[in-house]
Amino acid sequence: MSYLEYHAKSTPTGLRKVLHLNWGLTLLLITVSSVGFLMLYSVAGGSFSPWVEPQVKRFALGLSVMFVVAMIPIWFWRNISVLAYLGSLALLVAVELFGTVGMGAQRWIDIGFMRLQPSEVTKIALVMLLAAYYDWLPAEKTSRPLWVLLPVILILVPTALVLKQPDLGTSILLMAAGGGVMFLAGVHWAYFVAVIAAGVGLVSAVFQSRGTEWQLLKDYQFRRIDTFLDPSQDPLGAGYHITQSKIALGSGGWSGRGFMQGTQSRLNFLPEKHTDFIFTTLAEEFGFIGGVTLLSIYMLIIVFCIASAIAAKDRFSSLVIMGIAITFFLFFAVNMSMVMGLAPVVGVPLPMVSYGGSAMLVLLGAFGIVQSAHIHRPRQASR
Amino acid sequence: MKRNPKDLDAAHGKMTRRALFLGGLQLAFAGGLAARMRYLQVDQADEFRLLAEENRINIRLLPPARGQIFDRNGLIIAQNSPSYRITVVPEDAGDVEAVIAKLSSLVPLDPEDLERARTEMRRSPPFLPITLADQIGWEDISKVAVNAPALPGVTPEVGLTRVYPQLGDFAHVIGYVGPVSDYDLSKMEDPEPVLMIPRFQIGKVGFEAKREDVLRGKAGAKRVEVNATGRVMRELDRREGISGADMQLTIDAELQNYVQARLGRESAAAVVIDCEDGDIRAICSSPSFDPNLFVRGISVADYRMLTEDNYRPLSNKTVQGTYPPGSTFKMITALAALENGVVGPEETVWCPGHLKVAGRRFHCWKRAGHGHVDLNTSLKRSCDVYYYDVAIKTGIDKISEMANLFGLGIKHDLPMSAVAQGITPTKEWKSSSYGKDWLIGDTANASIGQGYMLASPLQLAVMSARIATGRSVTPRLLKSLDGVEQPSGAGEPLPVSENSLRMVRRGMYSVSNDRRGTAYRSRIAPKEMEMAGKTGTSQVRNITAAERAAGVIRNEDLPWERRDHALFVCFAPYDKPKYAVAVVVEHGGGGSKAAAPVARDVMLQALYNGTPPLEAYPKADRSRIKAQQERLERERVKRPLGSRSSRA
Repeated sequence: MSYLEYHAKSTPTGLRKVLHLNWGLTLLLITVSSVGFLMLYSVAGGSFSPWVEPQVKRFALGLSVMFVVAMIPIWFWRNISVLAYLGSLALLVAVELFGTVGMGAQRWIDIGFMRLQPSEVTKIALVMLLAAYYDWLPAEKTSRPLWVLLPVILILVPTALVLKQPDLGTSILLMAAGGGVMFLAGVHWAYFVAVIAAGVGLVSAVFQSRGTEWQLLKDYQFRRIDTFLDPSQDPLGAGYHITQSKIALGSGGWSGRGFMQGTQSRLNFLPEKHTDFIFTTLAEEFGFIGGVTLLSIYMLIIVFCIASAIAAKDRFSSLVIMGIAITFFLFFAVNMSMVMGLAPVVGVPLPMVSYGGSAMLVLLGAFGIVQSAHIHRPRQASR
Repeated sequence: MKRNPKDLDAAHGKMTRRALFLGGLQLAFAGGLAARMRYLQVDQADEFRLLAEENRINIRLLPPARGQIFDRNGLIIAQNSPSYRITVVPEDAGDVEAVIAKLSSLVPLDPEDLERARTEMRRSPPFLPITLADQIGWEDISKVAVNAPALPGVTPEVGLTRVYPQLGDFAHVIGYVGPVSDYDLSKMEDPEPVLMIPRFQIGKVGFEAKREDVLRGKAGAKRVEVNATGRVMRELDRREGISGADMQLTIDAELQNYVQARLGRESAAAVVIDCEDGDIRAICSSPSFDPNLFVRGISVADYRMLTEDNYRPLSNKTVQGTYPPGSTFKMITALAALENGVVGPEETVWCPGHLKVAGRRFHCWKRAGHGHVDLNTSLKRSCDVYYYDVAIKTGIDKISEMANLFGLGIKHDLPMSAVAQGITPTKEWKSSSYGKDWLIGDTANASIGQGYMLASPLQLAVMSARIATGRSVTPRLLKSLDGVEQPSGAGEPLPVSENSLRMVRRGMYSVSNDRRGTAYRSRIAPKEMEMAGKTGTSQVRNITAAERAAGVIRNEDLPWERRDHALFVCFAPYDKPKYAVAVVVEHGGGGSKAAAPVARDVMLQALYNGTPPLEAYPKADRSRIKAQQERLERERVKRPLGSRSSRA
């Protein structure tokens, strides 16, 4: 069924749409954000400034964005996905030209009331475009080489731009999410096996290239990988983040040291404790129980999305929901792996919890699309 | 575009399967994350908790207060005084240079200190205090305190530093402390952590160094919580250190002060020892120095002045210096001869002014000779030939054995630096040290305390005390440690007959009470305090035959460093000995002239426990003594009053 075949009459209209929102998902998002507020309050030493207050404001803004997006019919979003994709590419180029350098990388543009990270927008725009592409493409052509090459190019262009910033974490996320959508759309297994094999080959090539003139990664990226592989090698230098993060996590124990009692975060041993490493503070103060609870809430959101995707009979909706779910999953999975010492430190925030404007705003916008698909899903026409 | 619904359903079915597959993968990954969390937070929790505590908690040492030192009457000799320093916390100061400029208009700041402070500032985090000036006077520190509002970040801080209020009097006895140096640390096997505290003071020489073990005390510690940059957030707990043990010396500071003043600028040493219990009442080496100079590090100029002085103010002549005892050794030779039956008390030796020994002439100091000399006369008039004769008959080994019995050639165990053993030569000693056979002439030299014989002033004082009591009195410097009385130095009777001892004491009595005695002019007048003594004049050069032919040059005509050493040993009262005194005046000339008067004055001061009445002196001397007493009184008062009134 394509959107053209919707029974317009069977979808809710006007304010009645609010009643058809996916309230379970909304509640989960509010819960996760509240966990974020709590942790930001704690790392600020029991204060609403400097982090909780702006974060709450942004969340309020993001929630309204989500509602507005949800109210707009899903076919509108399908129709503008090409535009969104091109727009995000333009932003990526703009950030390259006018962007502000932060943490050694050009990542944001100051747009007055907040700093916009174009790469965040790109993640969603890419998922939207791919979903629209496979919605348009007849199913039998899905696995034909030329029709596979096109989405691969669509993925690689923004990936290359993001990698140039340089933001390795986001570029990996882009590729993984794009690949996920392609997989769901039904592209043949063999392609993925080939890509993974090629990826392994590339990684070994990257390591081979180290120290030569055509070195493929920046030195700092190599160093991050080194320290990830052996953090004890340089405990006060580059390995400091991972070591301290593991100490904070581990010292939390079963039930944690108590709210605002985490010595590692309170005494500043944790780096970036309000952004990328906020999960360690949570794990230190609320222990294993707290950490697993947050993980469960995240997984519940994923489950809600998958259920929603399967329920949606329309191909664009299903793919866009699943793409957003994959993106969301990659966010917290990479972040948690990173702070637990399972992945190198790549600078991926914990979604909805870490302090930061664009990620939260864009994610809530994306969940707006999920909500829109949910509201405007095809229903049994009343006869 | 119209599509086949069948195809669409197939595509949707495939997508659903793949979505569930991906969902499964995601769940599995989440399960992996949870397992990792469990591993870190449950299995390894204890280890990480420990690491977190190590991160968080720093242990800071609290330096202990050093044990204080008192004299036998409780007068303080070494104490800990507050010392003030000015520190600045750059973070609180804001514009550090402006604050320093303001500060230097109030108190004088050393440019060198400032340069060091600036370097330190560049290196350390801005919240750590930097010392701008150390050892600041109370007045300057008050100025800083009053102007505190205008000096942000500046704090006057207080610590403890060692102060020696008795100045030079005890410099050689207790030595001094100084900041621990890398050299000090390199000498230690396993240095205590407290020594790593910057500028921590440890004993460098003397008593301070010898009893460092008990004086230092035990460091306390406080546990503080620090953040990642090392800033102290709060104090968790604190365990105070244990102060070092207080010490009480046997020395009487008043007497010590008098003796030091009496020795004046001479290069000399004097020891006063209690005959009964061995307590050292005074032990002075002159010239002395102010040990306070060393506490914070002496200036190069001051140090050069001390080391380039011919009179060697830094050396402790009382225990480190060894001298040929000269005629003060004759009592030992006499006792050895008497005890071995070589000579009877009444037997006489003919002194023609010299004695031919193995073809060489050994001269008596009196060229004309003393004629028939018995034991008493030999001591009284210090005849050398008598001793050449009896010594050769007795043999050197027996003489040395007797010397050892009386504390010569024995290293007395005193808590002072470099206590010398001295030398009492024997035949074996010479062959092992020089690889040469003992010559009979060596015995002749040794018999009058010349040649190889060497003794420290302390040993001579101990010898006198042992002759006076016939007991093996051992010197004691430490009276009590942490309130616990130390074992007395009173000793067992010596294996020497009372008869021989009485003869020798009688001879010593004659020295200072017989009109013909060598120290008659330095006698003590009151009958009940009469002193027995012995003069000594020890050569520091050989008198050549040519010199002797030309007539011996008078000491006054020689350059200072070639003049004879003057010695005098004595004990008093003769009837019931209380104190023994030994005085050595380096290159002072004759013992009767340079050493005996000093010893007599010191003895009287000790016996009267203060300035003696003029009646204690022979009538002829009284006017001169009166003038001397007044002069010394003035010199002693010159010292800062405050430092002498701090009776504990």
